[in-house]
Amino acid sequence: MSEISTGSTTEAAESAKKFNIDTVENAAKTPDVELPWAELGLKQNEFDDVVKVLGRRPTGAELAMYSVMWSEHCSYKSSKNHLRQFGSKVTEEMKKDMLVGIGENAGVTNLGDGWAVTFKIESHNSPSFVEPYQGAATGIGGIVRDIISMGARPVAVMDPLRFGAIDHPDTARVMHGAVAGIGGYGNSLGLPNIGGEMVFDAVYQGNPLVNALAVGVMRHEDIRLANASGKGNKVVLFGARTGGDGIGGASVLASESFDDTKPSKRPAVQVGDPFAEKVLIECCLELFKGSLVEGIQDLGAAGISCATSELASNGDGGMQVELTSVLLRDPTLTPGEILMSESQERMMAVVTPENIAAFEAVMEKWAVEYSWLGEVTDTGRLIITWEGEVIVDVDPRTVAHDGPVYDRPYARPQWQDALQADTFTGSVQDGGRPASAEDIKAAVLELIASPNMCSKDWITNQYDRYVGGNTALAFPDDAGVVRVDEETGLGVALATDANGRYTFLDPFHGAQLALAEAYRNVATSGAVPMAVSDCLNFGSPEDPDVMWQLAESIRGLSDACMELGIPVTGGNVSLYNQTGTTPIHPSPVVAVLGKLDDVARRTPSGWKEDGQAIYLLGTTADELDGSEWANLRGHLGGLPPKVVLSAERALGEILINASRDGMVDAAHDLSEGGLAAALVESSLRYNTGARIALDEVAARDGVDAFTLLFSESQARAIVAVPRSEEIRFTDMCTARNFPAARIGVVDAASGSLDLQGQFSVPLDELREAHEATLPKYFG
Amino acid sequence: MTETPLIGEVSSGVASAALSGARIGVVTFPGTLDDRDAARAVRLAGATAVELWHGDNELADVDAVVIPGGFSYGDYLRAGAISRFAPLMSRIVDAANSDAKLPVLGICNGFQILTEAHLLPGSMIKNDHLKFLCRDQVLRVENNTTAWTNAYAAGQEITVPLKNQDGQYIADEKTLDALEAEGRVAFRYVGMNPNGSRRDIAGITNAAGNVVGLMPHPEHAIEVGYGPDHTGTDGLGFFTSVLNTLLGGK
Repeated sequence: MSEISTGSTTEAAESAKKFNIDTVENAAKTPDVELPWAELGLKQNEFDDVVKVLGRRPTGAELAMYSVMWSEHCSYKSSKNHLRQFGSKVTEEMKKDMLVGIGENAGVTNLGDGWAVTFKIESHNSPSFVEPYQGAATGIGGIVRDIISMGARPVAVMDPLRFGAIDHPDTARVMHGAVAGIGGYGNSLGLPNIGGEMVFDAVYQGNPLVNALAVGVMRHEDIRLANASGKGNKVVLFGARTGGDGIGGASVLASESFDDTKPSKRPAVQVGDPFAEKVLIECCLELFKGSLVEGIQDLGAAGISCATSELASNGDGGMQVELTSVLLRDPTLTPGEILMSESQERMMAVVTPENIAAFEAVMEKWAVEYSWLGEVTDTGRLIITWEGEVIVDVDPRTVAHDGPVYDRPYARPQWQDALQADTFTGSVQDGGRPASAEDIKAAVLELIASPNMCSKDWITNQYDRYVGGNTALAFPDDAGVVRVDEETGLGVALATDANGRYTFLDPFHGAQLALAEAYRNVATSGAVPMAVSDCLNFGSPEDPDVMWQLAESIRGLSDACMELGIPVTGGNVSLYNQTGTTPIHPSPVVAVLGKLDDVARRTPSGWKEDGQAIYLLGTTADELDGSEWANLRGHLGGLPPKVVLSAERALGEILINASRDGMVDAAHDLSEGGLAAALVESSLRYNTGARIALDEVAARDGVDAFTLLFSESQARAIVAVPRSEEIRFTDMCTARNFPAARIGVVDAASGSLDLQGQFSVPLDELREAHEATLPKYFG
Repeated sequence: MTETPLIGEVSSGVASAALSGARIGVVTFPGTLDDRDAARAVRLAGATAVELWHGDNELADVDAVVIPGGFSYGDYLRAGAISRFAPLMSRIVDAANSDAKLPVLGICNGFQILTEAHLLPGSMIKNDHLKFLCRDQVLRVENNTTAWTNAYAAGQEITVPLKNQDGQYIADEKTLDALEAEGRVAFRYVGMNPNGSRRDIAGITNAAGNVVGLMPHPEHAIEVGYGPDHTGTDGLGFFTSVLNTLLGGK
């Protein structure tokens, strides 16, 4: 951006040695100076609001701060009115274990025994399209710093990814860059990558979704909040130096749609240095251990603008900062650029005068650069000076919290009814539905080799899942499980899910289905679901159709959280994911966190003990709309599978009890790809075959073999039960009135998956089909 | 209910309680990642883990040293190239070369540091497929007479995690021939060569057998349920080996 001319030639000459500084005094004297608010992403009404708040025109530096902090990315101005439901639809029971809720860097949940866990999922979509490696890498970096800011040691990451069509030439660019970026950054931090998702769909071609989740653990007494309290306490910036990267990342990149008419936005993407971040993690943990900081905030979107205004407005309300004290990578940066820079690996903290020496000793030990910028005041004003001259004088709340809020118009799209009426069953694409054994076998092989259902080893083998020595389950198991306490075995489980096709067909229920699947995945691992974080990826909120999708999704998700009794503790909204007027499928990615009292009891997704009985829990209807099978046949229409949250809850309780009491040795949830995908995955997990008979359960549910295998009916799972536990297990299901059908046995010697009366496929053949797809496209 | 041991149960290989007095140092550099894992492995083997800081000037009376994996100094310049200049590395090099023959194990980045410090020959370059690779890797123990491998049988196959980007072991032909002739190839990859390493070499030892380096991670295969799927604890033998060595004065 360009700084503002002061108008006076003598003054200009004086400060020409560095910048033309637009001071508050100057701004008051020169009300009519043209300001580049539109280039910075502000709308006319928003600029007018800034002038009204200040009672004068903003200085160049103030304009920079307001423009980034009032951007869609930072202010949630289009979604705020809807997001409130996550805070209002909460019972006292749901609040019981919530130590820190929405609004802080990340929510914190009580795990018991003095332990707490914090987790959050965020988007880094736009930068990852522009520059996949750095975009994805800094996505990890940013979410990890959010976790550190809470006082926690980060212990794992996950990455839900959605890219364009697998055979589109640009998909390889994004795939290679994003996966290498996630690996390159995450692996260097020593954080195991324990799961995620990989979906290919042409709707994400120009708007890939790169979401990142991090989870951290801490003792209760270590919880830190982002606030600057205590007059006279010092404000310090530490970590990497501030450079020219990522300027306007939040306002320009993340808050607009891409189109071909604008210049390249590469300079708005940040560049990451994982080594600096790893050192920063250890350094912060040492600060926490010594209780050396009063408040702490990471620098992410909107950089110093965000950190100073949020720290000040969450604390006693005042802060004075000298901007020339910021250590720079590029000495030519203007004050506005310094305020907006999104350079990575930086933190801001508030330190009491007594702790200054101890703080500096920790910095010296880890060779981390730091500079003291100023101090906390009780004036209620955020004052930023440049060589002593005041360039920012604002009420920090007006920057951080009092941004514009829009009630965007929304309406059910005109095409929604026709879309929902176009069901798969009976459609042209449903012609020749597989019925013979031979055709069903071919369909199973086609399904498990398809882009969305194939093995994701090509991706996950580039991530370190072992580091830390606490990973008890990781991809491809249903949930990632990490031990928290080595003495007791206390641990957490995490899963993320979304289905853009379901949500496109029905945003309200689609969002609920995402929650239901993540909940089911966590319960499948044996963990008790406790909390939710969501990353709401949508198109432009200025399109009433998209706004309706967003509003319906939030309403559906918040209702379902209430019904399942697990609160949303944080998350992120990513809007403007569209190319021209074509938005992505609405993609609310839902992460559920669960707790295991003893990680030793966790349930893996594959069977390995010969002779164990395999049960199918739940019932199957003809629900192929939006399914992977319909997708493979090029059909998208109708209504997604029915959501029955009471059934999800009942199934979850069965899976959790079975795990705790040793009644199951394997469990796998049924979701995309239905029973067919689940049977194959559970067999391949430990390379152990099974004999399956489907006739009885097909007759019970009134469906044919193909429908039983490919329908995506919800609230279902398969489990492997030791013979000695069968009676206890079936009694439990009966007592809870939950359908459980014995569909087969584990057959270790066979080396094949035998669907009796249908076909038998050697595991080697299944594995080859399952694992060949990603290497074929990506090398 | 099942014959598979529960996660977290250590089924074998724990040395006698008398050895808990053995002090094994674990070095932390800026960017080290697996230091806590290595310390856990030392504890589970029955010894006392001692934290060592790269900037320290003395070895704190440790009986052996583990240089763990990670990305010390971000692998900038070249993996291990900066870390070798740490003050503590000079003490480690001196102690390893002294008559006392301090046992030193370098894992992954630790192996890279040992080659940079010239305690072991050769070097590691980027994997031949140019990607980071994390997998459960089968290794054959080629030399079971070193300070870190004597708990294994000669030719025993073990499964431990492998995870690196720069894991391709290289050396000139003369060095490789000498390593083979002197029995200094400690481990070889079995089944597949995951990174293009010369002669499938996964780890080597110095002539005296007190310094061993390898790319795979034995410290991630010490507890049932937290390591490779089927075996799980094959890596514990490294840590019981060094206790045998200390006990027997080998």
